Amino acid sequence: MLYFLAYEQINDLLNALRTLGYTCMGPQVQDGTIVFDELNHAAQLPWGVHDMQKPGYYRLQQSEKKEAFAWANGPQAIKPLLFKPKESLWRVQKNDDGKLIFKEIMPDHKPVALIGARSCDLAAMAIQDKTLLKDKFIDKQYQWHREHLFVIAVNCSYSGGNCFCVSTQTGPKATSGYDLALTEVDKGFVVDIGSDKGRNLITTLKCIPATETNSRQADTRTAQAASMQTKRMPKNNSRELRNILMNHLDHPRWHEVAERCLSCGNCTAVCPTCFCHHQTETPVAQGDGSVHAREWDSCFTQGHSYIHGQVVRDTTEKRYKQWLTHKLGTWWDQFDTSGCVGCGRCVTWCPVGIDLTEEMAAIAGESNVVTDKKKGPHDD
Amino acid sequence: MMIDTPVAMKIIAKNEESPDVFTLTLQFMEEKETGYDFQPGQFNMLYLFGVGEVPISILAHGEDNSLYAHTIRRVGRVTQGLSLLKIGDCVGLRGPFGRGWPLDKAQGKDVLIVTGGLGCAPSVSIIHHILKHRERYGRLIILQGVKHSDDLIFRKQYQEWAQLPNVQVALAADISQPNWPGHTGLITELLDQVHLDLSKTLCMMCGPEGMMRATAERLTQLQLPEDAIYLSLERNMECAIGHCGHCQFGGTFICKEGPVFNYPEVKFLLSQRGF
Amino acid sequence: MESRKPRIAIHKFTSCDGCQLAFLHLGEDLLELSEKVDIVHFVEMGPINPLAKVDVAYIEGSISTPDEKERIQHIRANSRYVITIGACATSGGIQALRNFANTKEWMKAIYATPDTIATLETSTAISAHIKVDFEIYGCPVNSQQILASLLSLLHQTTPTASRDKVCLECKRLGYACVMVTKGEPCMGPVTQTGCGALCPSLGRGCYACYGPAENTNTTSFAKWLSSLGLSDEEIARRFLFIQNNAPAFKEEGIKLKGKNKHD
Repeated sequence: MLYFLAYEQINDLLNALRTLGYTCMGPQVQDGTIVFDELNHAAQLPWGVHDMQKPGYYRLQQSEKKEAFAWANGPQAIKPLLFKPKESLWRVQKNDDGKLIFKEIMPDHKPVALIGARSCDLAAMAIQDKTLLKDKFIDKQYQWHREHLFVIAVNCSYSGGNCFCVSTQTGPKATSGYDLALTEVDKGFVVDIGSDKGRNLITTLKCIPATETNSRQADTRTAQAASMQTKRMPKNNSRELRNILMNHLDHPRWHEVAERCLSCGNCTAVCPTCFCHHQTETPVAQGDGSVHAREWDSCFTQGHSYIHGQVVRDTTEKRYKQWLTHKLGTWWDQFDTSGCVGCGRCVTWCPVGIDLTEEMAAIAGESNVVTDKKKGPHDD
Repeated sequence: MMIDTPVAMKIIAKNEESPDVFTLTLQFMEEKETGYDFQPGQFNMLYLFGVGEVPISILAHGEDNSLYAHTIRRVGRVTQGLSLLKIGDCVGLRGPFGRGWPLDKAQGKDVLIVTGGLGCAPSVSIIHHILKHRERYGRLIILQGVKHSDDLIFRKQYQEWAQLPNVQVALAADISQPNWPGHTGLITELLDQVHLDLSKTLCMMCGPEGMMRATAERLTQLQLPEDAIYLSLERNMECAIGHCGHCQFGGTFICKEGPVFNYPEVKFLLSQRGF
Repeated sequence: MESRKPRIAIHKFTSCDGCQLAFLHLGEDLLELSEKVDIVHFVEMGPINPLAKVDVAYIEGSISTPDEKERIQHIRANSRYVITIGACATSGGIQALRNFANTKEWMKAIYATPDTIATLETSTAISAHIKVDFEIYGCPVNSQQILASLLSLLHQTTPTASRDKVCLECKRLGYACVMVTKGEPCMGPVTQTGCGALCPSLGRGCYACYGPAENTNTTSFAKWLSSLGLSDEEIARRFLFIQNNAPAFKEEGIKLKGKNKHD
């Protein structure tokens, strides 16, 4: 059963979540982009803001429309909340006898309610779960954050210029991984319930059932987002790409893209599924203690492939090839899925605008352009 | 506890194997950790206080297998610092990690061990295992190659093994000193000298990838089936549990699915650069 | 290091003194450290003993006078481990811009009696004169880099520093990319990390004061800056700035300047 949450009820929703002990995190405009930060009031939402995205390009535009989610995405969403950019793992103390005493460091903060996760973000979360949670080994810190997260997804009404989730079958409508999923319609949201926690919240808010008109409009909005997409991943992001990539390790395109690539790692940092991290050690000045932590790393760094005095991937060509053959190729071997969810962030936030769908098109020999594209509302 | 966070270990012996290779023998400092068990070919993460961790293969010994030896080459920041530690000093240990040598598959077979450089260290545990359960295995043939004859470590141990029945040891050095007891040349050339019965041989290799590739190619030329070849690979291993991504080798994490692989699993990528 | 307290010296060459401040900015940690080490020469803080034999010598500044050329040799001879700190010491500093000009003519144009000034034609990095064990980049370097280097040595190992690009740190800290969101030129993608992405945190572009990162692609980056509307001369100036003599930047800068002349 679907419900209706009026714009006026957003603050009630936030209050209810706070009463349950959550810190609310939601989208808001900061420094020319949409970021997730603490959301205390509905007024902080990016009302009427559209995002213009092209390779290496992101601009916000203000319109008169009273819509809170008239944008596709910003540089990050769920990843930094669960797989933190930096996280302490353990602390060690050296006692007077010289013995080392190790102590695990676990996160300790209020649970988080995230408002505004996109379907691509949820698809990415499911993939990170496979890596860090549903594996032989469990990442305890990730697990803690995951267990302390309440997810309110918002289905997309608009797509950005670099979105291609239709071709990766990961959007624009969220299908799982949420407690509540909203679709923005006139004057509010159609609410779909994804969990008991979500149901309880909606009961508390005394939401009325959505009308037939509401639901129809929600479907239209989601269809609108899908029809706005101009890009696609060749071979629809299928396992077939894996074999194409592995059979084309000598393709000249690798060399060509390496001439443009800055090997800066921005693509991997904004990718919602990239999980590479390296371990850091910070001894205290007193000399009797140290903290072992991890932080995001990238396969574009030299440290990533360092072994005893050598760097296995010493050139940009090898690093780019590692990234793409893993993300779209051998990811299948490891996690039975592609590592790409079609969010387009790596394209937008690449400082020199490299478009992975274009690179794949060159290697796979299939176009990355949607041919039966209908006109979107931002095209005028 | 020992997977996510290290436990304290005391250094109870230290041997200088060569100017830049040393062995640290460690013992648990806490009684409760004695349940620790490992398979030959697995590795531990050793932690140097205030500096960080490094993956090192394991060799157990002592009456009750309660001592763990780690042979280490001084090459990076952690190993350099470890080399300066003394008996009685404390280090951290997480482990054991990874998939070890195929003990079951080797039963009833002749076992050919081919190692190069410090690759001999991860093979010591399997040699010990075979010698301890001698009745389960056929001939044991140990081939070790080094760049320069002076680089050979465990010299005494090779001599002792060579004296045992049904064990053959052959050494090769690319460059050798006059008193070198072994072959001067490539390790692959030894394969023709040791009279293998390839119909019932299982090969385990550890060493530089070029050497392992050449050996695997030569052995398959000699009609040893590819799936009778196992090799131990190495990449940057930081977390040791398949999460940090540094040891990805195509579709595998070497720390978790390896470090020991069956040759057909990795043959293709071994021939590619940059993986 | 032996059981006696390691001895430390902080020397200054041609520089603005700003990098030495990184020691003083350590605050409480400096007090902790002074329990573990003897600071025997550090003019900015007090102790003066320029000829002391030390375990670790930190060098600030570039070599730009005949006297400095000689003095650095003594320091090397008296020091077990030499660490250079800052852009001047690691690549010659902003003053290495003189290397691209005619020093004698400049001297004549500026000073009334240029003959009374003893200076070299060039300003060069310390590593051009002696063996340097470890380099800390930045203009200025920061206290955490200094602390990490000293703590590494106290933990009996060599210091290390990431030479990854600023971008990675910027993303970890969640700063908006100024180039992608505003089209503002930012040297982050070719500059090494260590500063904590200070400039992007204030909404402005990185100006490369930490010098080139490892594996830089300056050519592709210069092309992109050009597409943002910068002239070759403007791009060249971004490379030939504080770290103008660092090889990767020098090469790209000279290439762009040459291109400019032919246009």
